[in-house]
Amino acid sequence: MIVDFFFYLFAAVLLVTATLVVSARNPVHSVLFLILAFFNAAALFLIAGAEFLAMTLVIVYVGAVAVLFLFVVMMLDIDFEQLRGGLQRYTGIGAAVGAALIVELIAVFGGWTLAPNAEKLRLSPTPANMNNTEALGRVLYTDYIFLFQAAGLVLLVAMIGAIVLTLRERKTSKHQSIRVQTQRTVAETLEIVTVPLGVGTNESGGFLRPKAPEPEPVHEDAGGHHGHH
Amino acid sequence: MIDTVIDFLLNDPIGIVILTVIKALALLVPVLIGVAYLTYAERKVMAAIQLRKGPNVVGPFGLLQPFADAIKMITKETIIPSGANRVLFVMAPMLTFVLAMLAWAVIPMNDGWAIANINVGILYLFAISSLGVYGIIIAGWASNSKYAFLGALRSAAQMVSYEVSMGFVLVTVLLCVGSLNLTDIVRAQSKIWFCIPLFPMFVIFFISALAETNRAPFDLPEGESEIVAGFFVEYSSMSFGLFFLGEYANMILMSAMTTILFLGGWLPPLGMEPFTWIPGPIWMIGKICFLLFTFIWVRATFPRYRYDQLMRLGWKVFLPFSLIWLVLTAGALVAFGWLPNA
Repeated sequence: MIVDFFFYLFAAVLLVTATLVVSARNPVHSVLFLILAFFNAAALFLIAGAEFLAMTLVIVYVGAVAVLFLFVVMMLDIDFEQLRGGLQRYTGIGAAVGAALIVELIAVFGGWTLAPNAEKLRLSPTPANMNNTEALGRVLYTDYIFLFQAAGLVLLVAMIGAIVLTLRERKTSKHQSIRVQTQRTVAETLEIVTVPLGVGTNESGGFLRPKAPEPEPVHEDAGGHHGHH
Repeated sequence: MIDTVIDFLLNDPIGIVILTVIKALALLVPVLIGVAYLTYAERKVMAAIQLRKGPNVVGPFGLLQPFADAIKMITKETIIPSGANRVLFVMAPMLTFVLAMLAWAVIPMNDGWAIANINVGILYLFAISSLGVYGIIIAGWASNSKYAFLGALRSAAQMVSYEVSMGFVLVTVLLCVGSLNLTDIVRAQSKIWFCIPLFPMFVIFFISALAETNRAPFDLPEGESEIVAGFFVEYSSMSFGLFFLGEYANMILMSAMTTILFLGGWLPPLGMEPFTWIPGPIWMIGKICFLLFTFIWVRATFPRYRYDQLMRLGWKVFLPFSLIWLVLTAGALVAFGWLPNA
């Protein structure tokens, strides 16, 4: 009875927040509603007995992905008037796309039959004397280890691609080399001079200032045009 | 009479709810008193380190100072800036405080003393602690102020970065335990505390905990010398007070988490006579207090990190190191046949 009540509660909140994600005027509010929707989905997982999936959903989506989402959306400078104007202009196209999608979905679900084996799998819950996490681990890391590894490799390639796209050598940016900094000694950085009374420092080489650190070897190699010495 | 009450509490649905509320209060009220006295301890310890006296006027040795501060904070006027997003502005400190309290549900103070002894306890803790960033981001954005927003952005980047290496530390510990249940994690340390075989992970976890709670030397989100007070610059009175309580409750929580993962929870250092006379919860609280002292000690000793150094430490030092140590641990467990449940 209590479980039923909470299922309908979480399901109702999930649907309402999901609607609000697309209808909220302020994009930051949209992201916050999205987070609430994730949360309710996690609660539904918990009710279904999938505690590991529930926690992973919260850790990965709410704790990391949505934070970056919020991060980006908060920094956008959005003109709400312009947004609303766009809404009116594109209503027709949006409705057409939506209608096409609905027709396709109906076609797909209308002709959908479950394979007999899949139906059997659906009815086999977590094996006895094993908790949800362990059962999931066995499926992922023992039964389907190669598929799992292949999925990981695809993600790795995508990650490297994203890094390569953003990586560029900027001439103006300054790099910090911790090694060079910690290896500097007083002797090569400062010049200590004894200044006679009433004479000033002009005779002994001008101002006391730290020596400029050696240029990093990377820049010399990359430039390749240092013929002025 | 007593039998019927006990039966009602243990078997009736309403009774179970009442019993859970009582249990939660029995844990949260001491935690809140602990928070109050942690602020006092911080001022006293830092004063001693800096050769000052600290609070010594209100009550004997200044012991009533936390209550004076609390009364001051409650009776002050709450100011909401006119440009702020009112709902989110008020919600953010509540969120921070509630999340700091929520995580305590799974912390076992003694064998079988957890309010909710769930199978995925450590993941629950990790999930809740990763949500803490929302209170800060929402506060920074809802304040509609430059400094608050900068503080919020710093905090978001910092907490997400340090969570990654923290996750790998957790995986290393879980490999040695073979369970995600917090009680099982402590029981697995009955022979040796994990801080000895996994010492480097212990250090990384503690430093990441400092970053995760936005404590010195990683307190850039509030860096008062550059961005005034960071994300809570616009907050006053009790809304500020809730942030303050949340930060200190998170410190206690992180100390409890470190104790459970690495310092053997409620277990005495040796399973011998003089140590076993002291009950488990006392050991647990003693270890938490030691770690809290270290939090304060670090704050009084180290200068604040520069932002790029903070990011470098998280991504270029901790992450590769914890990854390598994870692989080494897994290799050693398999090679020597030490895997649990195998």
